Formats: sequence, C-alpha cells, structure tokens
Amino acid sequence: MDKLTVSELNKVFSARQGDVTALKDVSFSVRESEFAVIVGPSGCGKSTLINIVGGLEDKTSGSVMISGHEISGPGADRGMVFQSYSLFPWLTVQKNVEFGLKMKGVPAKERSETALSYIDMVGLNAFKDALPDQLSGGMKQRVAIARTLANDPEILLMDEPFGALDAQTRMLMQESLADITGRTGSTVLFITHDIDEAILLGDRVLVMSRRPGTIKADIDIKLDCKRNHEALTDEGFIRIKKQIMTLLWEEMDVKGESK
Amino acid sequence: MKKTRILSSTSFLLIIVIWCVITYGGLVAEIFVPSPTAVIRKICESSADGSLWANCWISTKRVMIGWALAAVIALPCGMVMARSQAFNALMRPIMEFARYLPVVALVPLTILYVGIDESQKYLIIFLGTFFQLVLMIQDTVSGIDVNQINAALTLGASRTQLYKDVIFMAALPGVLDDFRMTIGWAWTYLVVAEMVAASSGLGYIILKSQRFMGTDVIFMGLIFIGLIGLLTDFVMRVLTRIIVPWYKRLGDA
Ligand SMILES: Nc1ncnc2c1ncn2[C@@H]1O[C@H](COP(=O)(O)OP(=O)(O)OP(=O)(O)O)[C@@H](O)[C@H]1O
Ligand SMILES: [Mg+2]
Repeated sequence: MDKLTVSELNKVFSARQGDVTALKDVSFSVRESEFAVIVGPSGCGKSTLINIVGGLEDKTSGSVMISGHEISGPGADRGMVFQSYSLFPWLTVQKNVEFGLKMKGVPAKERSETALSYIDMVGLNAFKDALPDQLSGGMKQRVAIARTLANDPEILLMDEPFGALDAQTRMLMQESLADITGRTGSTVLFITHDIDEAILLGDRVLVMSRRPGTIKADIDIKLDCKRNHEALTDEGFIRIKKQIMTLLWEEMDVKGESK
Repeated sequence: MKKTRILSSTSFLLIIVIWCVITYGGLVAEIFVPSPTAVIRKICESSADGSLWANCWISTKRVMIGWALAAVIALPCGMVMARSQAFNALMRPIMEFARYLPVVALVPLTILYVGIDESQKYLIIFLGTFFQLVLMIQDTVSGIDVNQINAALTLGASRTQLYKDVIFMAALPGVLDDFRMTIGWAWTYLVVAEMVAASSGLGYIILKSQRFMGTDVIFMGLIFIGLIGLLTDFVMRVLTRIIVPWYKRLGDA
C-alpha cells in the first residue's frame, strides 16, 4: 500500500529575473513503513519537493496524495522535521512534544503520557522540564523528532535534519533514528546531502538530477549487515555508495551552476 | 553587573554636580535655573499639600489609559497586518499617513469632537502612540522565525491556534519592548494633552508656571516626569523578565 504518491509534479518559481523550473515531472511513491531517502546536488529542488509534500509550498501542476487523498495545505498527517529544529523556545521539552496533541484537543493527562513515552524514546527523560535554550543541537533535534512522532503522522518528512550537527552527534542521531523508526514502523521521506547517511537509513534511495529536478534513479538498499556505523565499511555498502556517487557526479556541473 | 551600576550612578551624579556648580556657583541667574535647594523646598511644599501627588497620579492615569487603549487595539492590528497582505495593503497607507500628523495639530479637532474632559486627554495620547505602535508590532511579528510557524502548521495548528499559541508567543518579547518604548513616548504626548484645556497634571503645572517664571515648579515637574518614566521602564523590564523568562537578549545581565 502506498502512503505517499507523487505524480507528474512540476514546480516553477516566477522570479523577477525570469522563471525557475525547480521540479520537472517528478513521480515516485513511498510505501507504508518504508524509509525513502532523496539525494541530489545542491539546488536541485529537494527542499522544494518536501515543502510541497508538506503543504508549505504550492505546486505548479501534478498531484501529491497521502493514502490516496490529494493534499491541500499543511496538516498533521504529514509531520515535518526541519534542519533548524524550530522548537518553540517558550515551551519546555515536554510541552513542545505535547504541542500537536494540544492542537488536536487531546486531554491533558493523555497528552502528557504520550509525550513522556516519546521523550523516553529519544532518551531525554532527564530534560523533560528544560527549555530548548538549555539543550545542545542534537538534543534539540531529538525533541523535534519526538514532537513530530507524538503527533502520529502518516508520514514523517525530514529535510536534512542532521545537517547542522557535528559528525559524531550526527552518527548517533542516525543510529537512534533508524532504531526509532524501526520500532514505530513510521513511513519516512528523508532528504540529505550525505551519501553515507542515505544508505545507512534508507530502504530506498532516490537520486535527483540537477535543476530542473527529476528523479534520476531509484535504488533499493539491501544490506546484510546491521545498520550502524560499522556498516560504513561493509562491502555491499561500499558498492552502493560507488553507484550513487557516480550518479551524483554526473550531475555535478564543474563550472558551477551555469544553467 | 556591579561595574555597570557604578557607571550608571556616576552619570546621574555628574548631572547633579553640574547643576549644583552652576547654581550655587552663581553662573546662571536663579530665575532661569533654580538651585537644588529651591526645587527641594518646592517639592516638600507641594507634597505636603498633596497637590504634587494628585498631579502625578492624574498624569500617570492619563498616560496609562490612553496608552493601554492604543496597545490593546494595535496588537491585533499589527499582528494581522504582518500576516495578511490584503489587510496590510488596506491599512498601511492610513497608518503611514497618520503617523506623520503632528499630534499637536490634532488637538483642536479632539476638543471639537470629544470636548475637554478626560477622554480628550486619553484620545491625544492614543493618537500619539497608536499608529507608531501598529507599525512597530507589525515589524516585530514579521521578524519572527517562519520555521516556527511552519512547524506549527505541520503539527496541525488551525488559524486561530497559530495566532494564539505561536505567533503571539513568538512575538511577545519584541512586543513587550515595543510597549516599553511607546510608554515613553506617551509621556511626551501627555504634555500636549495637558497644554490646552487642562487644569491638572504635571504637564499643566509646568506650562502654568511658565507664566510666573516659576522655574522651580518647572524643574520639579520635569524631575517627576523623568522619575515616573524611569519607574515605568523599570517595571516594564521586570515584567518582561517575568512574562518571557525564556527570552535572552544581548547585553542582559
Ligand atoms: N521562493 C523561490 N523563488 C525563486 N526560486 C526559488 C525559490 N525557492 C527555491 N528556488 C530555486 O529553486 C531551486 C531549488 O531550490 P531548493 O531549495 O529546493 O534546492 P535544494 O535541493 O533543497 O538545495 P540544497 O541541497 O542546497 O538545500 C533553486 O535553484 C532555488 O534557487
Ligand atoms: Mg534544501
């Protein structure tokens, strides 16, 4: 069963200097409980794509369906995690995680129970009463993930969520995200620049071409090893990495963004 | 912290020293700049007969009511202007035009329309602060992190919830600053309000004293306007710290 179906999606930005075609005939789907990762050169339209799916940006043409229903505007069925964390600084960790449930009108007691179980899942029990300001970048992103998961969305949309983190924290976050989504069975659409991250997390990796962005390749990731930092040196892993690097390299414009 | 406090007191002391030197030293005539002793004597007299406190109170009341009315209406106006292009297009020209009108020039109209009772004083202070405040609040709200709005939308916030639980909260620290600034301006307009058709208030006694060269009263009035201003500012800062404890600003101790 397909959770997300994107078909013939086009996006043209009208700017003063002329129109920019960001996405051209993008079609793909993500199955229930699948972890799909999109990689592509900078400026190819990845953020544009995920923002359209999230309802934060209007499409020019085409269709985006969640469980067979065309989307309109943003909604709680598509939970987003942003690179910039975007926590509410006036709310404690727990209140941040409760936010979506509060919007839905879930009673306080139930809200707090659900929130606490997700805070536990991301390992931040000790910080439930802390304000976002008191947390490190990695901890903030854990809260943002818990906040989105607590809302029980149909699909989790993540645009370079670990892009602002240092290498070690990033690795830890990748492992715990793989662990968490494995346990919750969440459907995920994940964007990254980092090929290792894509292979480590993805059941599937979609490679985009440079602008105007199209889906250039759709690669199933089957690894025999466990998905943790040790996988980075696995033979199968390296083979897929080479394949994706070649695909991406073809899209690199050595002279810079000339077209 | 300690050091900044010493510096702040020093600047205050310096002004007082200069004042003492030029008056006791006979550098200017008493009739232009009264000596500290003369001003203190005046303060004792008028606080003993209660007139000083009555005037302080009536002026503070005028400022607070006029300003509060402006704040209460400006807040939703500014918020919606920041979020809705249509509403902005509708309101902005009026606001921009009105804020350049000198409030003094509106005094005759306010008297014609609402008479010379207290509501005319409130109206003057309202007119002096409202338009600026709307534009300041609009600016503050426009400056909030759009990612927080996007996060709220994808967490299922409705339009009203977005305004109440996110936009308002995110803008609150900046809005409180805007409030603090405009209360200061409201005191300026108080003197405008008490200039014509008033029979009480600090602005009134200052203007009245001019006729008798009562510089001691003028100085007393100025000192008290300044002190009440300082006090208001202090209270607003404390309130800000209580209302938005999560907010840290550059230069805050
Ligand atoms: N609001 C806009 N108006 C005009 N052009 C835009 C707008 N937003 C994005 N673009 C253009 O669309 C293209 C795709 O942008 P997008 O942000 O989706 O790229 P991206 O793949 O996410 O890049 P990165 O990997 O650097 O984050 C870019 O060329 C960008 O300049
Ligand atoms: Mg991007």
